[in-house]
Amino acid sequence: MSTISKTLYDIQSHVINATSKIVPMHRQIHGLKLLMGAKKKAFGTRRPVPEFVESAIPDVNTLALEDIDVSNPFLYRQDQWRAYFKRLRDEAPVHYQKKSPFGPFWSVTRYEDIMFVDKRHDLFSAEPQIILGDPPEGLSVEMFIAMDPPKHDVQRSSVQGVVAPKNLKELEDLIRSRTKDVLDSLPLEKPFNWVPMVSKELTGRMLATLLDFPYEERHKLVEWSDRMAGAASATGGEFADEGSMFDAAADMARSFSKLWRDKEARRAAGEEAGFDLISLLQSNEDTKDLINRPMEFIGNLTLLIVGGNDTTRNSMSGGLVAMKKFPQEFKKLKAKPELIPNMVSEIIRWQTPLAYMRRIAKQDVELGGDTIKKGDRVVMWYASGNRDERKFENPDDFVIDRRDARNHMSFGYGVHRCMGNRLAELQLRILWEELLKRFDKIEVVAEPELVQSNFVRGYSELMVKLSPKNDS
Amino acid sequence: MGKVTFIEHDQTKHVAEFKHGSSLMQIAVDNAIPGIDGDCGGECACGTCHVIIADEWFSKTGVPNEEEEQMLSMTPERASTSRLGCQVIATDAMDGIFVYLPEFQM
Repeated sequence: MSTISKTLYDIQSHVINATSKIVPMHRQIHGLKLLMGAKKKAFGTRRPVPEFVESAIPDVNTLALEDIDVSNPFLYRQDQWRAYFKRLRDEAPVHYQKKSPFGPFWSVTRYEDIMFVDKRHDLFSAEPQIILGDPPEGLSVEMFIAMDPPKHDVQRSSVQGVVAPKNLKELEDLIRSRTKDVLDSLPLEKPFNWVPMVSKELTGRMLATLLDFPYEERHKLVEWSDRMAGAASATGGEFADEGSMFDAAADMARSFSKLWRDKEARRAAGEEAGFDLISLLQSNEDTKDLINRPMEFIGNLTLLIVGGNDTTRNSMSGGLVAMKKFPQEFKKLKAKPELIPNMVSEIIRWQTPLAYMRRIAKQDVELGGDTIKKGDRVVMWYASGNRDERKFENPDDFVIDRRDARNHMSFGYGVHRCMGNRLAELQLRILWEELLKRFDKIEVVAEPELVQSNFVRGYSELMVKLSPKNDS
Repeated sequence: MGKVTFIEHDQTKHVAEFKHGSSLMQIAVDNAIPGIDGDCGGECACGTCHVIIADEWFSKTGVPNEEEEQMLSMTPERASTSRLGCQVIATDAMDGIFVYLPEFQM
């Protein structure tokens, strides 16, 4: 961020925080939308919002190293990502792309180097964003995944209780009963789209519970999350209309403000605090007034819904795709259901539902023989680290009893390591336990449709046919 | 050589032998002790080898550095004698040590 825009941004945050007590949050966001629209008319945009139109991606071996651009949001969809990242790992493990639609950036693609960058928060900052591109101008929300210590530590510790052992144990029965409900309602011997009926449904229900969000409105959480993670300017996603992002953020702010105020009122009336996220934020000295800092308030709630949405959803779908490609593994699983916990780690490695996290160098850093300059963007490609031949044997294979599956990078490492990792594993373990009890065959009957993004590695359609077990 | 007793959350005890110089995480993993994951392989980067040292042994295990302290602060089950197993290097002075395992590794 240039000094001038940083100053403008600071003024903007200050004004928003100062007026938040008198102006409802969703109105402030609407105001920002108008302000940004006017600013763009007057001064133009800082960088044109990229428009992505899909075209065939060339074979990586026809390109010069400097022309390799792994920010292309169709790389995953066209199944070119493995060849692209393999070439980078082998020939330029710390690679500079000068002129991507998202601006210049470094790619770090080997397991060991990614581990180094992820650990060294003293050298690489997670601020102000962890996605490659920029969010819509004016909608630069603040979340602890994109904060450095010590501020990060304070905010994270205020919410991590929601996934603490005590809560997980209470959640296990609930997750199982919901999983059973969803699986028992599925059609048999007839193809259906697994993504909305299972993956989105189960993760949507989980999010509503964690936030104590009105259950019948839970689809909104999924929609907001998809919208925020799918911005073209940020991740090359399908949403190029920045105005609609403001609308989604305003809608979200309105709902969450209401939820926050309701809880505050119930608490003031003597009701005991729940174990949902908002109650936890309200119970903590450092975050109890978060609602007066709207950009942080929206940011942290966005983080928690995005964190629990695309990730688990696409691992729930990805496991089936992996089984389709490696059918002998399903036989292995049926013979040895005790492999489920290790298989869950292997699914998360194989799928890597979020491809990367971004950092900014805080000083010049030597890595892999190159010098990353202070201020440069650095992308840690977990999707590549998880397929690094130097770390994993036959890394492209899906092997449910892989010895070191747990060493995968999908949760990240260091202070930003995924907070919901154990909850995600629990959801996936229960899903597979209940699937094995019910179904003899789980067939993927068509090529899945993949999401447009350089960040989310996910499925929009996965047609599946289920055959029940004879004895059920 | 020495002995370490790992005590699971349900009080199941596992005694393992160690050689001077290996980490508590490595000893646990080599002996297939349940309740220690060690996802990052000993890099002090995941917090999944969290152990709680018996009070009387704590002073023998050294002091966590800043990096370890930061990872420990992320676990909700943090106790006053918490350490990351990968950062505790077994010495002869630790022969007979008792180490408690948390209910979950986060």
